[in-house]
Amino acid sequence: MTSSQTHRTIDAIWRIESPKLIAGLTRMVRDVGLAEDLAQDALVIALQRWPESGIPDNPGAWLMTAAKRRAIDLLRRNKLRDEKYAEMAQTTELYTEDDLERNMDGEIGDDLLRLIFMTCHPVLSQDARVALTLRLLCGLTTDEIARSFLTAESTIAQRIVRAKRTLSSRKVPFEVPEGEELQERLSAVLEVIYLMFNEGYSATTGDHWLRPLLCQEALRLGRVLAEIAPEEPEVHGLVALMEIQSSRFKTRVSASGEPVLLMDQNRAQWDRLLIRRGLAALERCRKLGRPLGPYALQAAISACHAQAPAAADTDWARIAALYEALSRVAPSPIVELNRAVAISMAFGPAFGLQLVDELMHEPALTEYHLLPSVRGDLLAKLGRMDEARSEFERAAAMTRNRREQQLLLKRAAECGGSAN
Amino acid sequence: MRFMMIVKATTDSEAGVLPSPELIEAMHRYNEELARAGVLLGGDGLHPSSSAIRISYPEPGGKPKVVDGPFTEAKEMIAGYTLIEVKSREEAIEWALRMPDPHGFGQGQIELRQVFEVEDLTDNPEAIAKENALRQQLEEQRKA
Repeated sequence: MTSSQTHRTIDAIWRIESPKLIAGLTRMVRDVGLAEDLAQDALVIALQRWPESGIPDNPGAWLMTAAKRRAIDLLRRNKLRDEKYAEMAQTTELYTEDDLERNMDGEIGDDLLRLIFMTCHPVLSQDARVALTLRLLCGLTTDEIARSFLTAESTIAQRIVRAKRTLSSRKVPFEVPEGEELQERLSAVLEVIYLMFNEGYSATTGDHWLRPLLCQEALRLGRVLAEIAPEEPEVHGLVALMEIQSSRFKTRVSASGEPVLLMDQNRAQWDRLLIRRGLAALERCRKLGRPLGPYALQAAISACHAQAPAAADTDWARIAALYEALSRVAPSPIVELNRAVAISMAFGPAFGLQLVDELMHEPALTEYHLLPSVRGDLLAKLGRMDEARSEFERAAAMTRNRREQQLLLKRAAECGGSAN
Repeated sequence: MRFMMIVKATTDSEAGVLPSPELIEAMHRYNEELARAGVLLGGDGLHPSSSAIRISYPEPGGKPKVVDGPFTEAKEMIAGYTLIEVKSREEAIEWALRMPDPHGFGQGQIELRQVFEVEDLTDNPEAIAKENALRQQLEEQRKA
């Protein structure tokens, strides 16, 4: 093996081992920043030694031992210093050698779970949660994170340093929350993962090819979470949603870069493996026998589309019912608008229009171009062309996306004979 | 990127001999490890070639020839596969190295093959160059 090959192999080992390593070390030293430093130190030692000695049989255990030795060194140095400055002793001794020994064993899964609850803790800003999670749980470099968010590397590096400092200064515990707090904190974790996924999925700047890393990482993290927290239905719900959405990744954009709507996508190109995985995740969620939460309901809606062999086969009545359930657990005007669309598809445009009309004065939707766009579509289907045209024109004036604007103006023109 | 870890057939697997309980247990632990790392997409074990069918086209444009198994040359056949999703070729190799020796008896062999995907995004230098240019442009916009 050449030395550059060895380095690439070490990178791969780091990616596999670092989350477990950092999680285990955090449990020992109770400080995530220090834990990451120790893990990094172990990596540096490996980078020096392995090119000559060869890669050990169990590289994970090797790295853990090296990191633990560093922790003990550090502890002894602190102790020495403490003896010199006795007055500081109380404040610096965070952990003892006994702690290190005692804490060596323990369920890796539990540690990872504790770590993710830490990196997604509400004391951190949403941006900081995402960056820190990508860094510590996905093993991405700051450069990779910066690239995914089209930000400067220094910005991300600072964000991560500050996040670690906040966790330490606010004394955020390394634990899985219990009781009522668990559900609340779990939603925060799922939110971070879904945010990561959406950031990757809805590339708004047009550069579709660079975001998939985020989608892949979010999906991978979701799958990990499903293994370490298998009793939580919404975890499986979120995984199902991401698997099914990912199955359409390749068909969402045409060869010329135009977005392709769900109903117009080439279903033969949907990734059957991911659909199957998504449906299986949804099944795992249902088997837990608790009411479906917002992620599971969205996944179930997504599954209806995935299971329809052709757009015309879509079970709109079921989708409408699922939207209704969703509007009960997570009410929002946008969910209502989607429900209206599903109802119009299932029972005819007149029923949909009735619901849309009720949304016309909804303050949250006054800037939302899809409202007049949907209304225009329903009016056109009902043959009310003049009204349809003015709705399409209104929608076109509201959207900032040029391609969408062209599409809406085209639809307005198709409504025929206008004075302006 | 996706990789298929193909486990080659052996005289035992072809004879329908089940792996030892220890190996089954080790494989189970390994699959669990893959799942817990979020890299496992799927996998299956295959029946021996005694129940297989081979379809070949000996003449271009001619009729297919259908032959029933079993087939000889165990090493040319596969006994199972595991599909994983990883970030690099090295990561795939690392995972494959952690798979337990599939059959023991000196015949164990795993072949690692990358799965074709429409866009191989992670290591595409052209995409990275394009994206760097875009990033620079955005930085400049921010400064302006």
